[in-house]
Amino acid sequence: MSKQEVRFSGEWKKREALKEAPKKEEAAALQKALPASGKSVLEKNYINLGKSQMTKRLQPSLNWKATFDFKEHKSLLRDTQEEKHGGRLERSGPPVSPRRSQLVRKSAEKIEEIISESSSESEEDEEPPDHYQEANAGLPSEYWQIQKLVKYLKGGNQTATVIALCSMQDFNLAQETCQLAIRDVGGLEVLINLLDTDEVKCKIGSLKILKEISHNPQIRRNIVDLGGLPIMVNILDSPHKSLKCLAAETIANVAKFRRARRAVRRHGGITKLVALLDCAQNSGEPAQSSLYDARDVEVARCGALALWSCSKSYENKEAIRKAGGIPLLAGLLKTSHENMLIPVVGTLQECASEESYRTAIKAERIIENLVKNLNSENEQLQEHCAMAIYQCAEDKETRDLVRLHGGLKPLASLLNNTDNKERLAAVTGAIWKCSISKENVTKFREYKAIETLVGLLTDQPEEVLVNVVGALGECCQEYENRVLVRKCGGIQPLVNLLIGINQTLLVNVTKAVGACALEPESMMIIDRLDGVRLLWSLLKNPHPDVKASAAWALCPCIQNAKDAGEMVRSFVGGLELVVNLLRSDNKEVLASVCAAITNIAKDQENLAVITDHGVVPLLSKLANTNNDKLRRHLAEAISRCCMWGRNRAAFGEYKAVAPLVRYLKSNDTSVHQATAQALYQLSEDADNCIIMHENGAVKLLLDMVGSPDQDLQEAAAGCIYNIRKLALATEKARYT
Amino acid sequence: MNRKKLQKLTDTLTKNCKHFNKFEVNCLINLFYNLVGEVTERQGITIGLDRNAFRNILHMTFGMTDDMIMDRVFRGFDKDNDGYVNISEWIYGLSVFLRGTLEEKMKYCFEVFDLNGDGFISKEEMFHMLKNSLLKQPSEEDPDEGIKDLVEITLKKMDHDHDGKLSFTDYEQAVREETLLLEAFGPCLPDPKNHPQLFHSHPRADGNSHLVWPRKDGNCI
Repeated sequence: MSKQEVRFSGEWKKREALKEAPKKEEAAALQKALPASGKSVLEKNYINLGKSQMTKRLQPSLNWKATFDFKEHKSLLRDTQEEKHGGRLERSGPPVSPRRSQLVRKSAEKIEEIISESSSESEEDEEPPDHYQEANAGLPSEYWQIQKLVKYLKGGNQTATVIALCSMQDFNLAQETCQLAIRDVGGLEVLINLLDTDEVKCKIGSLKILKEISHNPQIRRNIVDLGGLPIMVNILDSPHKSLKCLAAETIANVAKFRRARRAVRRHGGITKLVALLDCAQNSGEPAQSSLYDARDVEVARCGALALWSCSKSYENKEAIRKAGGIPLLAGLLKTSHENMLIPVVGTLQECASEESYRTAIKAERIIENLVKNLNSENEQLQEHCAMAIYQCAEDKETRDLVRLHGGLKPLASLLNNTDNKERLAAVTGAIWKCSISKENVTKFREYKAIETLVGLLTDQPEEVLVNVVGALGECCQEYENRVLVRKCGGIQPLVNLLIGINQTLLVNVTKAVGACALEPESMMIIDRLDGVRLLWSLLKNPHPDVKASAAWALCPCIQNAKDAGEMVRSFVGGLELVVNLLRSDNKEVLASVCAAITNIAKDQENLAVITDHGVVPLLSKLANTNNDKLRRHLAEAISRCCMWGRNRAAFGEYKAVAPLVRYLKSNDTSVHQATAQALYQLSEDADNCIIMHENGAVKLLLDMVGSPDQDLQEAAAGCIYNIRKLALATEKARYT
Repeated sequence: MNRKKLQKLTDTLTKNCKHFNKFEVNCLINLFYNLVGEVTERQGITIGLDRNAFRNILHMTFGMTDDMIMDRVFRGFDKDNDGYVNISEWIYGLSVFLRGTLEEKMKYCFEVFDLNGDGFISKEEMFHMLKNSLLKQPSEEDPDEGIKDLVEITLKKMDHDHDGKLSFTDYEQAVREETLLLEAFGPCLPDPKNHPQLFHSHPRADGNSHLVWPRKDGNCI
């Protein structure tokens, strides 16, 4: 609560006591209504949703709160689509900031984008308690003064209006009470009407005020409701540069929620804002009278600010691109004005989540400039550049470009400043995505980044951890790095992170642990720390990505653990759990579980157990698939499972054989190899041979006998041998 | 005026006045003589625009409507206070009027607003200038209360040395902080929205720039 007190001005001290009472009541009431959220609800509802709020939420803690639960998000989507004001939303933790949601990369990016908007929108949807009506004490003197000024605005000529507008600027317009006072006495309508007149001075004065008060979320919505946005968009056409600047800056403040962004686009605002970016077009005009003058650079900066706010919406991103925004943004990147660079990079970073942008970004040589600006002194600029690189580095060429322009070194050195958590999250994100390329990983090792990353595994907020672990997961694809991570003591913190609720984090951690498990010594540590059991319990996690990732990670664990069979058996209900996962709908889960089963089935006893649990019919049911990844792992699993009891015959009975033959027609050679192995194993059973023969397996297998892959040759040959052997035996039987 | 004298005049004026080039000064001189009309030049008689003619121009060309302000503008142009705006006063005045720098405009506006010329804008002067700026509410008991309040507000904003009146220093500081206050007491400068072409030099095809004066009989070559 102390933060609130600080923000009231000195005059108000005597009223504080009176205000405290009603506020506390409201706080209590709100807290009862939203049980889980706690005091962060009130805090997030106040105006300064700026940096201070972000850093507060990013405090390191080991209480992993839920940030992304897919089911909850479906309900979030539904709620905000109805645009209920002050709708109650069920959430179990603090709201997801738009930035966080960006860092969660899923395939359905559009949904994610809507989710990020809806979560920011829902923040604003919950209207903060209107202090005014609640406080029974008399209204502060500012209220009356403002009311008087608005009266002069309504009833005065141009001269009186200008005087009143100038006087109004003297109030502390950042204070919510002043902002709401202006609104409550009808000031917003007057200010917006003034924008519609021809009087330039009045427009300037009015915009100066609107620009300040539109930092308040409520006021923003009021402005849009009163139809302020189309008028402001029209002002962007004015020949007076200072008017353009003010209008753009006000739009930047107002367009922070979805309805406003849509309104800007619908009234042609995006095209006009993009036009503002065109400095060259504005230059060459003689100096005008100082009242209306503004430098061209300033105009472009304000345009960029407005575009940054607007670009959070998917349709706006498209509109910006179609209006030719990218080359203009690229041009502006070449300046050295930090104030200009931040909104430009901010806009690029928002838009770079779209594929179409990434192509254009590569073409415009933007990466070079982004890397250059990583070296700037300004932390915010560094943060946004890193975020932009994170977004763009999905693409291989970009990753190479980052390396070629020397971007990896500054990224690595920025890892050492851990104070600015948002910047750290952006930098680690960029490093994560860049690490997908092996050459970059080599460079990072040179710069000692891996050690630093291991150091960041503890005591960091979730946004940072997700990226750090992701980066380590990519780095550990290399043998030397696995050893390095182990030597730095990275295994323990990684295993510790296996307990948690954040899905992205879990996916990344499992991948990293799985990569480490490829090294036998690391595997020993993992085993000692009970990591395998933790991975196994993640198979119960509701989210399919986590399940799949855990299953993939289990494969090397089982391969490399000592007494793997014993270990697997020690997990109560573990084998049954795995077999039941074969009932899932998700292809990735199925593929990963098949791979795990392949490893489990290397141990005879375990194979017996899973056969009892019905693995054969379940595997057979999956056989009819076109997904090559699934086919490959399924075939491998089947070939392993054949080595027990009647399983060979059972697979035939469950009609697994015929579909398997079809796999041979796939284009993927790893599928061929796995299938040939499976068919070879299955062909030990006579009935299976007949089915294979009927389905034309022989011809397909003959082709593979000539393949360069030795294992494939052997398996194909072995299979044909068995089929022929049966055929010969049948022939012989006929003649005897 | 004969050609030689005209030439000399043009040169002097162009040299002294910073915002118009030679061709523009030429245009303005021609315009001036057009507006003044046919008058024979005689010693001792000043040729110039009298108050009414000048106010006419302010009204027709620049769209000004406030009588009191227009009067003050005339006084501002008429530096030697002889009741006529002669040719040099015309050129210098227009130079500030149309294209003055902020400093020039501030001085000019302050002179316009300082009704009694004592170097201070007093409360009474402010009241006088603002007295018609608010709509009179029929329900108001004291219609002047709003005006008095406006004066107080303005004084509070602009009076930095707290002596109850605005000196030029006060005014200048206030305008530097907030440019909108330049014409705080009334519109004494032309509004660029009306005739933007006056405020710039417009290069012509022959390489000379001219002034486009938006009147059918005042158009320059």
